[in-house]
Amino acid sequence: MTTRWFGERVERREDDRLLRGAGRFTDDFNEDALEACFVRSPYAHARILSIDARRARELPGVHAVYTAGDLPFGDRDLPLLIPHPALTNGRTQRCLAADTVRYAGEAVAFVVADNRYLAEDAADLVDVEYEPLPPVWPLEAAAEDPANTAAELTQQTGDVEGALEQAAHRRKLRFRYERGAAAPLEARATWARWDAADKRLTMYDSTQSPTSIRGGLAVLFGLPESSVEVIAPDVGGGFGPKIMLFYPDELLTPFAAMQLGRPVKWTEDRREHFTAVNHERAQVHDVEVGYDAQGRVVALDVDFVHDAGAYTPYGIILPIITAAQIPGPYRVPNYRVRFRDVLTNATPTSPYRGAGRPHACFVMERTLDAIARDLDLTRDEVRRRNLIQPDEFPYEVGVGWQDGNRAVYDSGNFPGLLEKALANLGPRPAGHHIGLGLGMYVEGTGVGPYEGAHVQVLVSGKVVASTAIPTQGQAHGTVFAQVVADQLGVSPDDVTITTGDTRRFQWGVGTFASRAAVVAGNAMAVAAGMVAEKAKRIAAEHLEVDPADLELAQGAVRVKGSPQKAMPLALLAVLSNPVRYAFGGGTEAATQFTPKPRAGPPLPAGEQPGLEATGYFSPTGSTWASGCHAAWVRVDPNTFRLQILRYVVVHDCGRVINPTVLEGQIQGGVAQGIGGAFYERLAYDADAQLRNASFMEFLMPYATEIPDVVIDHQETPSPLNPLGVKGAGEAGVIPVGAVIASAIEEALGVPITEMPLSPLRLFELTHAGSAGGAQT
Amino acid sequence: MRVNGIASPLPEDPRTLLSDHLRHQLRLTGTHVGCEHGVCGCCTVLLDGKPVRSCLLLAVQAADHDVTTIEGLAPDTAALHPIQQAFHEAHALQCGFCTPGFVLAVKGLLDEHPDPTDEQIQEGISGNLCRCTGYANIRKAVRLAAAAR
Ligand code: FES
Ligand code: FES
Repeated sequence: MTTRWFGERVERREDDRLLRGAGRFTDDFNEDALEACFVRSPYAHARILSIDARRARELPGVHAVYTAGDLPFGDRDLPLLIPHPALTNGRTQRCLAADTVRYAGEAVAFVVADNRYLAEDAADLVDVEYEPLPPVWPLEAAAEDPANTAAELTQQTGDVEGALEQAAHRRKLRFRYERGAAAPLEARATWARWDAADKRLTMYDSTQSPTSIRGGLAVLFGLPESSVEVIAPDVGGGFGPKIMLFYPDELLTPFAAMQLGRPVKWTEDRREHFTAVNHERAQVHDVEVGYDAQGRVVALDVDFVHDAGAYTPYGIILPIITAAQIPGPYRVPNYRVRFRDVLTNATPTSPYRGAGRPHACFVMERTLDAIARDLDLTRDEVRRRNLIQPDEFPYEVGVGWQDGNRAVYDSGNFPGLLEKALANLGPRPAGHHIGLGLGMYVEGTGVGPYEGAHVQVLVSGKVVASTAIPTQGQAHGTVFAQVVADQLGVSPDDVTITTGDTRRFQWGVGTFASRAAVVAGNAMAVAAGMVAEKAKRIAAEHLEVDPADLELAQGAVRVKGSPQKAMPLALLAVLSNPVRYAFGGGTEAATQFTPKPRAGPPLPAGEQPGLEATGYFSPTGSTWASGCHAAWVRVDPNTFRLQILRYVVVHDCGRVINPTVLEGQIQGGVAQGIGGAFYERLAYDADAQLRNASFMEFLMPYATEIPDVVIDHQETPSPLNPLGVKGAGEAGVIPVGAVIASAIEEALGVPITEMPLSPLRLFELTHAGSAGGAQT
Repeated sequence: MRVNGIASPLPEDPRTLLSDHLRHQLRLTGTHVGCEHGVCGCCTVLLDGKPVRSCLLLAVQAADHDVTTIEGLAPDTAALHPIQQAFHEAHALQCGFCTPGFVLAVKGLLDEHPDPTDEQIQEGISGNLCRCTGYANIRKAVRLAAAAR
């Protein structure tokens, strides 16, 4: 395979419209749509005694107010997306709550009016009478009552009890991670139109999975899938939670559009985004580790609880990922992990960039730092002694993975990552209160089941390609164009990619688990490869050569070794479609009375018209990316301001399609990780009320908090797919909490066992008397 | 109010935010709304040449003023404005949602400090949030744009 564009720093093809303000985000669609807003529960847990929408309905400009009782599907539970045998006590919410609300922010009524201002006026007039119930909160308290356990799962490899008993050293540790929020700058939005004459439903949705939304709407409304179109247009960041389905608006906006005969739109505001959109990360882990005199881990026993929130639509994927990813790049010969998925009265959880891994990484990395401290080893040495070696792949972790298979690392070179990171980090800077942060991780990426792609050469010679996965800023329109361009011997500038539009490609899964480049990228290569073969077949007839002697380059199919014997792709696209009526674009070359290279039917048996193909890629297992982050961090001992003096990432995601795009993903991921480690905290009070649901109090980092990250790559190609790629979207974020904790612990001399931190929390930890005590 | 140089009527409803007026009445949807409480900077426009948050202004407050939105920075089919070009070359945008706000904030910054120091750059973009890029390439874009002047 020629790989001319693969690996190049091709400039992004999607920038122009976004830079001009000509992007199309869901709230940009209008067509005189009616506008909607929600009435949401102010209580974390309450019984609904009555809902009276009369005053709201009478307000001029209001078109409808829907409560559960007004919906034909109002008494149905929303789907449990990923069932699992261990999830014995799962539950999902209704589109609109009817008798009980289980988190503050749960939707109770949906108001549709001429515009958003009127809809909000009317929402204030919906009278809901609640009887507050005691909230199940916080996580530790909830975990004490077995009735709140939605699922419990224990997995073991080796003999943990025996190995612990024989270990030279044993140590117990407890690690706590709080809830975090993805907080994309575009909140969620939906816009729907029902064409009654055509019986066609169209929805623009800021979702990460338009195909699943479409399937669900077709089922709900009893329509053939071909009559439902779901498009994820430009999406202003996703990071995971935009893949939940269904958020209530995803059913109510189309329902209202069908009822009212007008387009209807809903756009979330920032305040409601904080409680209406899924969170992640809250877990408490009890760890017992056994290790030998050299600091090698011989047994690891982890028991953790996961805060599922009020409902379990996403199943138990998050704790399953944590359980599988705790050992990380290290050899843990005896490993037992038990988790309980615990229901609480807070916003439900589903994956947020990192998805179970930042906390898994925190547990393992903090444990290794504790061993280093116990044995007086350096932090890099303790890691060096525990790393899986490059000749040990495929490496079986010994527990299950999120795709239903076992967790098996396909490839990697973990010691290489560590040494490269240390070399890039350089010596300890001069000064006081500076700590070394070190964290390594693996990430199972490119999860199945499959993705597909359609690639077509137009009679102009230009190429269009599409796939079902949508884009939230990852430059799919550029990297997929590179993959297709290589297969077809054209420039990426000649390839236009469409993503996340079921009108263009209807089969597929979605954007999650760092899978787009792996699964859809390889599907693009498959489909484009099929087009290349077809182009060769047609050209072979006309040039009277064997297809095996042909190659694609410079927009043409040509004979290897004699490039002047060539046929342009544009002409081959024309010839692929025998026509009766020459409609322009050179199609007279494919009409009935033009000379033919062969006898027989114009379209050979088994051949389809058009220079196009649809191909799929379904991976046998996940590809495992890996990496090492290292940092020098200074902490001001008086103000506890954090100063990141140097931050290094060495990352291995197999073969790199576009280094510029990859580095952008990593820098952005690290920024999100720093936010989650030191600034962003979802501050719930004892009543399970989120007290800081605004950007004024939920502190996302600005430019002033984020350093320029030093990024270096290592390439260990994945043997599991033809392109040799692994996913990269989440790598930047995963170990940041562990890195920052490790650096602060060293800088201030206090044990750090929790995330997120803040200046205030560091003040408390250093002034807690017995709890550590600062040593300088 | 003049929007991108064109006289433009005020909304009927006096409580209409400038951001909503631009987006929904004038259909200039390049001005984005990320928080509606003045923190994210996505809704930044130029009011008489100075960056302001259009979600914190009523449209009527912009009467008798010149408003420039991202659509007014580079006339449609022509080349990108040098700041936009620099954002492209530096890969300073991913999802693009924050981008119009950043570009206009940088316009304000460079109008005031044509040759900004690193500190002035940090200061000039420190009122805008980006959740995708991690800012490094945005800083780079500002330096590129300043050099291109
Ligand atoms: S939308 Fe105006 S500052 Fe966020
Ligand atoms: S590019 Fe997505 S928020 Fe900045």
